[in-house]
Amino acid sequence: MKKIIFSILILLPIIAFSQTQFKGMIMDKNNTKDNLGVYGANVHWLGTSIGTVTNEKGWFTISYKKTYKKLVVSYIGYKTDTLTITNLKPIHHFLTPDSELDEVVIETKRKSIQKSFFKTQNTFTVNKDELLKAACCNLSESFETNPSIDVSFSDALTGTKQIEMLGLKSPYLLITQENVPSIRGAAQAFGLTFTPGTWVESIQITKGAGSVVNGYESISGQINAELVKPYNDSKVFVNAYSSLNGRLELNTHFNTKVSEKWQTGLYLHGNYRGQKFDKNNDTFLDAPLANQINVMNRWQYTNAEKGWISFINFRYLNDEKQMGQLDFDPLIHKGTTAFWGSEINTSRIETSAKLGYVFPELPFQSFGFQLAYSNHKQDSYFGLNVYDIEHESVYSNLIFNSIIGDTRNKFKTGINFTHDTFEELVNVNNYNRKETSFGVFFEYAYDNLEDFSFTAGLRVDNHNLLGTFVTPRLHLRYAPWEDSVFRASFGRGKRSANIFAENQQLFASSRQIKINNPSGNIYGLNPEIAWNYGVSFMQKFNLMERKGDITFDFYKTDFENQVVVDWENPQEISFYDLFGKSYANTMQLEISYELLKRVNLRTAYKYYDVSTDYTSGKFQKPLQAKHRFFANISYETDITMDDSQWKFDVTYNLIGKKRLPNTATNPVNYQLSEYSKRYSLLNAQVTRVFSKQFEVYAGGENLTNYKQKNPILASDNPFGANFDSTIVYAPIFGAAFYAGLRFNID
Amino acid sequence: MILCALLITVSVSAQKKKRNAKVSIEVDGVCMMCKKRIEVAALKTKGVKFANWNVRTHQLNLIIDERKTDTLKIQKKMASVGHDTKAIKAKLEVYNAIDPCCKYRDEQVVKDHIKQ
Repeated sequence: MKKIIFSILILLPIIAFSQTQFKGMIMDKNNTKDNLGVYGANVHWLGTSIGTVTNEKGWFTISYKKTYKKLVVSYIGYKTDTLTITNLKPIHHFLTPDSELDEVVIETKRKSIQKSFFKTQNTFTVNKDELLKAACCNLSESFETNPSIDVSFSDALTGTKQIEMLGLKSPYLLITQENVPSIRGAAQAFGLTFTPGTWVESIQITKGAGSVVNGYESISGQINAELVKPYNDSKVFVNAYSSLNGRLELNTHFNTKVSEKWQTGLYLHGNYRGQKFDKNNDTFLDAPLANQINVMNRWQYTNAEKGWISFINFRYLNDEKQMGQLDFDPLIHKGTTAFWGSEINTSRIETSAKLGYVFPELPFQSFGFQLAYSNHKQDSYFGLNVYDIEHESVYSNLIFNSIIGDTRNKFKTGINFTHDTFEELVNVNNYNRKETSFGVFFEYAYDNLEDFSFTAGLRVDNHNLLGTFVTPRLHLRYAPWEDSVFRASFGRGKRSANIFAENQQLFASSRQIKINNPSGNIYGLNPEIAWNYGVSFMQKFNLMERKGDITFDFYKTDFENQVVVDWENPQEISFYDLFGKSYANTMQLEISYELLKRVNLRTAYKYYDVSTDYTSGKFQKPLQAKHRFFANISYETDITMDDSQWKFDVTYNLIGKKRLPNTATNPVNYQLSEYSKRYSLLNAQVTRVFSKQFEVYAGGENLTNYKQKNPILASDNPFGANFDSTIVYAPIFGAAFYAGLRFNID
Repeated sequence: MILCALLITVSVSAQKKKRNAKVSIEVDGVCMMCKKRIEVAALKTKGVKFANWNVRTHQLNLIIDERKTDTLKIQKKMASVGHDTKAIKAKLEVYNAIDPCCKYRDEQVVKDHIKQ
């Protein structure tokens, strides 16, 4: 017996030591003087369930195996750190406190689309993870995994993707870049393709009437793109992309710290397509020959102590596209009828400055100033049609934020000034105009911090062509019970339609341009005015211990006046002021659910009733599907200890039949049916993350290989009376495969 | 003489009352639900413009209009919604009414929150 006890006593320390222990102390960076430990910090090995908590003095002991390399240290109110452990030497680690602002940003499992329960407006944020799911490459292509925005093709020649929200095209949206209106005027047709996807940090999408702060133009919604910032972006980032349809893209970012307070970033983008494709044998290129150079330089100034922050940006873009018949050579055939061809050359210079100040003693009070200048120049011809536009724009906005009484009552007020000059050449006609507007706005936001909030905004603008007018907008939010939110909004928008820039696909047709009954002062037309009303309800749920949410939206846009774009006569395109009714009613039901661990499903059904009184009668908007179904499934494996991971993503779209513009008066072989057939689209992508520095991705677009047969009417006689490349309802290109890589150094 | 001195101190203290004074008081609590309750109660006190409670340090940082309120009034308000401060403790029946996860006087609840 004694022997047994003795041997146990001998063995005990061996048993205790056979499992290796790792020790360390966690301290507070804010409290370095006293070297006090942090009590209750969580410590665990990445990818395992082995964890512990620090004691009163900040010390922890955790069991160790050779395969454990990454130690995660977390504590409420502090940034979570992941440490690389190479040996058993005890560590001393300082935690950095979280600033209030960062708190939301560092949630461990962030969803790639965040729907807010607390914002008064129906806004959701699309972050980098979601943007990476899109196959390629620029802002116009960033919305394909998103059910709230529909992507369609503008024409059969450029293959440009255009976006729609609530059944209305992008001119009815306010698209801003860091809250400066960016896709406007001349940039309307191709502007979204001029922002490379890698430059985008996140996108905020607001459905319905937006805020009054950024202007009066938005009607069906607002899209704001936040660009990468020198302060947060990787030091060096490289992205290369290549697709089997001949598209090559290269993006590089360089960010560096110039001084304590100044950071700068240089962002370069180039894309090129030099290969000619004509898979449908209509003698026309399926996709344009193209090249683009896009350069941006940003400077960021941060002085946290004094409360100042500033951004200064410079940007230059040159984009060239060639479309038309395979054998068209611009040097020889331009201006002749030997072959039909088209070139669109765009150059854009942009500079902007932002200055923000937060009162150091009053965290709820701040002011901001924005000043932006851009010059957008497009020279183009489409067969024998010539279209040139130069748009120069100045935008400035001064805004003051503060509270009334306490932080439950906030307000924003300010003034803005914009000046635009347009010089257009349409064949032989010159259209020049200047627009100057000066506006004052006030927006009051109430939030009881529990279940109710509202935002009421009003602005008054004086515009040389639109007159003096008032723009009211109202949003409210109510949470009737737990994990639910009900929202309602209404607002008014007013804008001048840039009929040629927004509909420039018309030039690639034999249609005659007509402006009927001119009585206004913008191309003889009057400003567009619309009211938007909407309600939305969202409910989170827990089904079989997995989370999900369901959202129902209904929105209505009612036009008081619209510049009607009438394609109903195949020989003409007419523009005229609305004389009857025009509305867009939309309904969306969306469900997100975690099907299995790390497998997420997002699915939506959308219904659109978009109708206008044309001179020939009341019709649904052409090329608009009434019914659409969307589904996206994504799967991510666990991040392993060496930071590697697989990501899979599949998106399915079912697009219902679309009404086609009337072609009944054409010769029989150039007539189209009344409706297009419904079709499905399937995209898929796989990403292999090798480490934090390096990942590769590959995927396919339009895997069902659905193509529109004969997308160009009368492609056999492009200079004849029936040539038309504007009636596009489905992809022109079949299945397309691509691959790319991303490399970054932090 | 004494009266004079008294008057001076009164006028000095009257002058010192700032419209935007930064003050900080310690309020007991454990979780994000407490944070919301504490901050909402603080803002509902007349004269409190801004309130931010730190879960870890239990510090309630405030910006107040000293002409309208003072820390004692705010501490009373805290007690009235169930949260203890150094000067005033919440009545038991008020404390009992707060959500089970907010029971900061219970050591076990506090421990559970630290572990999370």
